[in-house]
Amino acid sequence: MAKLTLVEAINLALAHALQNDPDVVLMGEDIGRNGGVFRATAGLQQRFGALRVQDSVLAEGVIAGMAVGMAAQGLKPVAEIQFMGFIYPALDQICNHMARMRNRTRGRITLPIVVRMPHGGGIHAPEHHSESLESLLCHHAGLRVLCPSTPARAYGLLLAAIRNPDPVIFLEPTRLYRLARQEVEDDGVAADLDCCHLLREGQDVTVVCWGAATHDVLQAAHALESESIDCEVIDLSSLSPIDHNSILDSVARTGRLVIVHEAARNCGVGAEIAATVAERGLYHLHAPIRRVTGYDTVMPYFRLEHDYIPSVTRIADGIRETVQA
Amino acid sequence: MHSVANFDIHYRQLLDAAGMPTGEWPGFGRDPAQLLAMYRMMTLCRVFDTKAINLQRTGRLGTYAPCTGQEATHVGVGAAMQADDVLFPVYREYGTQLWRGVTLAGIYTYWNGDERGTWFDGPRQDFPWCVPIASQMPHAAGAAMAFKVRGQARCAVAYIGDGGTSQGAFYEALNAAGAQTLPLVAVVVNNGWAISVPVAEQTAARTLAQKAIAAGIAGIQVDGNDIIAVRAVMEEALARARNGGGPTLVEALTYRLSDHTTADDATRYRPAGELEAAWQREPLLRTRHYLQAHGHWSDTQEAALRADCQAQVDAAVSAYQALPAASTDSMFEHLFAQLPHELQAQQASARHYAAHKG
Repeated sequence: MAKLTLVEAINLALAHALQNDPDVVLMGEDIGRNGGVFRATAGLQQRFGALRVQDSVLAEGVIAGMAVGMAAQGLKPVAEIQFMGFIYPALDQICNHMARMRNRTRGRITLPIVVRMPHGGGIHAPEHHSESLESLLCHHAGLRVLCPSTPARAYGLLLAAIRNPDPVIFLEPTRLYRLARQEVEDDGVAADLDCCHLLREGQDVTVVCWGAATHDVLQAAHALESESIDCEVIDLSSLSPIDHNSILDSVARTGRLVIVHEAARNCGVGAEIAATVAERGLYHLHAPIRRVTGYDTVMPYFRLEHDYIPSVTRIADGIRETVQA
Repeated sequence: MHSVANFDIHYRQLLDAAGMPTGEWPGFGRDPAQLLAMYRMMTLCRVFDTKAINLQRTGRLGTYAPCTGQEATHVGVGAAMQADDVLFPVYREYGTQLWRGVTLAGIYTYWNGDERGTWFDGPRQDFPWCVPIASQMPHAAGAAMAFKVRGQARCAVAYIGDGGTSQGAFYEALNAAGAQTLPLVAVVVNNGWAISVPVAEQTAARTLAQKAIAAGIAGIQVDGNDIIAVRAVMEEALARARNGGGPTLVEALTYRLSDHTTADDATRYRPAGELEAAWQREPLLRTRHYLQAHGHWSDTQEAALRADCQAQVDAAVSAYQALPAASTDSMFEHLFAQLPHELQAQQASARHYAAHKG
């Protein structure tokens, strides 16, 4: 079995989908000849041709909009938005059409589309290349929003997204693209959708996180062992819909909840999790729910990005204060 | 300094406002049966449209976008398309939709606030009405891309209004379709007004057809009240697209003889004289003049046609009014192929309150 980085696992899943389903078509800026700015599609146009792996014109709105027209014809477009900070021109298409077409045609036209994009900061990228904007998409009915945190999960979730008959937003944490390697079997097995994953069992506190933050949370959890703080870590994985039941089950055992995300706090996905636990699990709590998040500021240029992204220290402090409250 | 590129925009008219032929007609124009079929459909549109406005005025239909005066463009486009082409309408091109098999009752159902109106028993792949302006254009380019990927000799036809040509999605889709040689025909229905803004205030461009030039595709202007020219121009554009010749932008010059919608009052912003003059150029009258002058039509046949259209429309009104109310569950049933667990509680709540209201 090959040990792959997360971006290599994505490439492997895309190749598997192209190889096994003639309806799968990749599209995006610089994904063909160049293999993608992060190399997620490296070698795929050479292997599958320019009609299966299309270099799109430089317009995110037309990429998302053409994906709608292609999917309505039975193709399964996997569209790449080069960076999440460039999602805005595509939002009209994603929110007004992709998310709604099945409903507004009573199931006559369905759209099996995946929109992939790099998510988050921490890689010293220029302005507008480090955004965490999942809340924009999670607010819209009719979309699934996924964010893997390991190479194996990225492989399985991407295959699940491509095979899903409805539109899926697939967020790829840029900081994890090449952070670590993991054995990934090219077995074509799709992961389960709509569920979160237990990364670490613990008794004292439930920590919910996703994407690149999972790695920082696991480090914080490891560091807190020396203080006899036993963290249960949940990788949310599916940001919409949220697997609230699994989170509530965990909180019922630990009695404490910390939510960690890189995106800004205001109206972040963490707020939805906190509200749901308050509504449905308040009596299990021994301490107030705490969020450790990006600030409600503009994502800074990269010289300050590590002051914005929740650090291992900030996460550990948040967990410690919650456990000691 | 020297010129590096030159472009012309041509205008086509084959039947003038008085009903006189003004050029050489294509084959279908010499076939009375085909002309009568188009005339009948234009008449059905007018009767349907008049009824829809009345239904809204009397509280039996939601806000409605009329098509009065634009029937020649709509029916001409429909008649030029093949059944397996795919239509991407805006929201008032009923003539094309009816020609392609969308039902009168379905259109009423949609404007009566019910998603079931977009079910489209006839053209199963045609897109529903598109309210966010110009966003249908990339959909059409996408369908055209699917035809290209699969090597199918099919075309996507997208409508857009004159105001819609100010939107980025309009330019983006034309540009992409040109760059990728896609079988797309875009029809700008230039009816003079984008709600209250006249075309002259929408753009400094002398024609909307010339917007094709920047995209590197064919562009042509046609008298949109002349069903012969509309169909002829569309047949040429579709044949070119089908044969790998790339997209065309067709600007159809017509006039919105109605308000923008039934929620609008055009007398607040539009000169009355302009409207009266436009009625002299409207499409049904000139077609009828031609047909009668050439012995293909009579006053008796006209009366019979009107009565038949009225009967069809009345039946459609009865049908949509008899449709049982949609269930609350339907809000949830079509959200995803499989409703996520977390939404099931909301569905149950909606069901509970729907059952207990009143």
